[in-house]
Amino acid sequence: MTDTVAEICKLLEPFNTVGTTLSPSTDISTDLNIDSVTVMDFVMEVEDHFDIEIPLNVLSETRTIADLAKVVEARAKKA
Amino acid sequence: MTDLFDKHRHIAERHQRMLQLGVNAVGVTNQRLLSPTRAIIDGRETILAGTNNYMGITFDPDCIAAGKAALDQFGTGTTGSRIANGSYSLHKDLEAELARFLNRKHCIVFTTGYQANLGMMSGLAGPRDTIYLDADSHSSIYDGCTLSGAKLVRFRHNDAADLDKRLARGEEDGGGRLVVLEGIYSMLGDRAPLADFIEVKKKHGFQLLVDEAHSFGVLGPNGRGLADEAGLEDEVDFVVGTFSKSVGAIGGFGAGNHPLFEYLRYAMRPYMFTASSSPASIATSIAAIRKLAAEPQRRDRLRENSARLFHGFKALGLDMGCDTVSPVIAVKCPDEPSTIAMWNALLKAGVYVNIALPPGTPNKLCLLRCSVSAAHTDSDIDRIITLFDSVVAQGHGKKVVNG
Repeated sequence: MTDTVAEICKLLEPFNTVGTTLSPSTDISTDLNIDSVTVMDFVMEVEDHFDIEIPLNVLSETRTIADLAKVVEARAKKA
Repeated sequence: MTDLFDKHRHIAERHQRMLQLGVNAVGVTNQRLLSPTRAIIDGRETILAGTNNYMGITFDPDCIAAGKAALDQFGTGTTGSRIANGSYSLHKDLEAELARFLNRKHCIVFTTGYQANLGMMSGLAGPRDTIYLDADSHSSIYDGCTLSGAKLVRFRHNDAADLDKRLARGEEDGGGRLVVLEGIYSMLGDRAPLADFIEVKKKHGFQLLVDEAHSFGVLGPNGRGLADEAGLEDEVDFVVGTFSKSVGAIGGFGAGNHPLFEYLRYAMRPYMFTASSSPASIATSIAAIRKLAAEPQRRDRLRENSARLFHGFKALGLDMGCDTVSPVIAVKCPDEPSTIAMWNALLKAGVYVNIALPPGTPNKLCLLRCSVSAAHTDSDIDRIITLFDSVVAQGHGKKVVNG
């Protein structure tokens, strides 16, 4: 597990009300049974934690924790 | 073969669960309308307290007469878009009337309020621009933003400092920047802290749009909305609003002073590729807007009614959506099943309110949402308070009241 994945998992814990075991392949929306608004709320936490911008546009192609980690790493590098 | 409906099975299951708890809370049929505040539902006369009929203008004799005259003179429908089929003089009259009311140079009318947001977001912003939208924005704003192809950045609800931070993160992007706020947020009834956002505007420079859907006709000395109330209209570049609330018809508008504003007509697909509003609806809107201008006492009455309901609920100890008096008064409930049960009990006792559940609400809240009308009487308001006392404060909602 990369550092980014581990950090994302930590940020995701408060949203993990169904107690899913988190891994890079966890689908943030369907595996955690959270709705679209909650996904956006979670991504806001990720943005602030890493001090980066994750526009809503990229979310449609970001399903798993690994996908999100890739986005975070690419955007952190850019910043 | 994958059935395209597979993805909707969870909706069907949730809906079935709701039906088991009572009647269809998201599909009530008004069998007959008796007045702006009364309908026959399930054979019973019911107080309407969830219709956004803020001015109670839907049965105004002058508006009805204007609608009937327009039907006679212009027919039942326009059968096409204004770009393809041309405008009716009524459309132009309504735009002129609204521009006057709003004190704006330009105004464009849309067929629905939803399309007004689709049109304005997608007309103003394009793929090289960024839209910053409040997290609690209405779905029509989200959908309009998506249609625009712009980069979309969501900021924390009513948090100007959070917007400031996000604008700073995107400083190097280039392209235009549009910030979208609402006058009154439809679920919790709270207003945008406009002065704080305008400070951020001065710092970063962006164009500002305020959706006054729930505040148009309602707030401000002239009834123009939140910016009118706050005395900050000069700082707001674009206004969006709807005719389906205080105006009691259907349709929407966008307005502004930009010298190129009129050209949006040729850049907004939700304006170009849909039939224009029906003559009757346009005519009743014109009549209603004239009333909003000429009869400020309607706004006073709405304010008094809103305060009466707000303070009545406060006295019951109910947990409310926000701390300021507004015609949208939402009560927080413990969970989905109890909210559905209370909604059913209220309806049976004779009051219709809105049920609002996640993801249609912010912060996963379950709400019983009231909208107040200038047409409610004191005894209507008191009846609503009494029913919320027995059903919510003493009933399933007790958990909320007592913590």
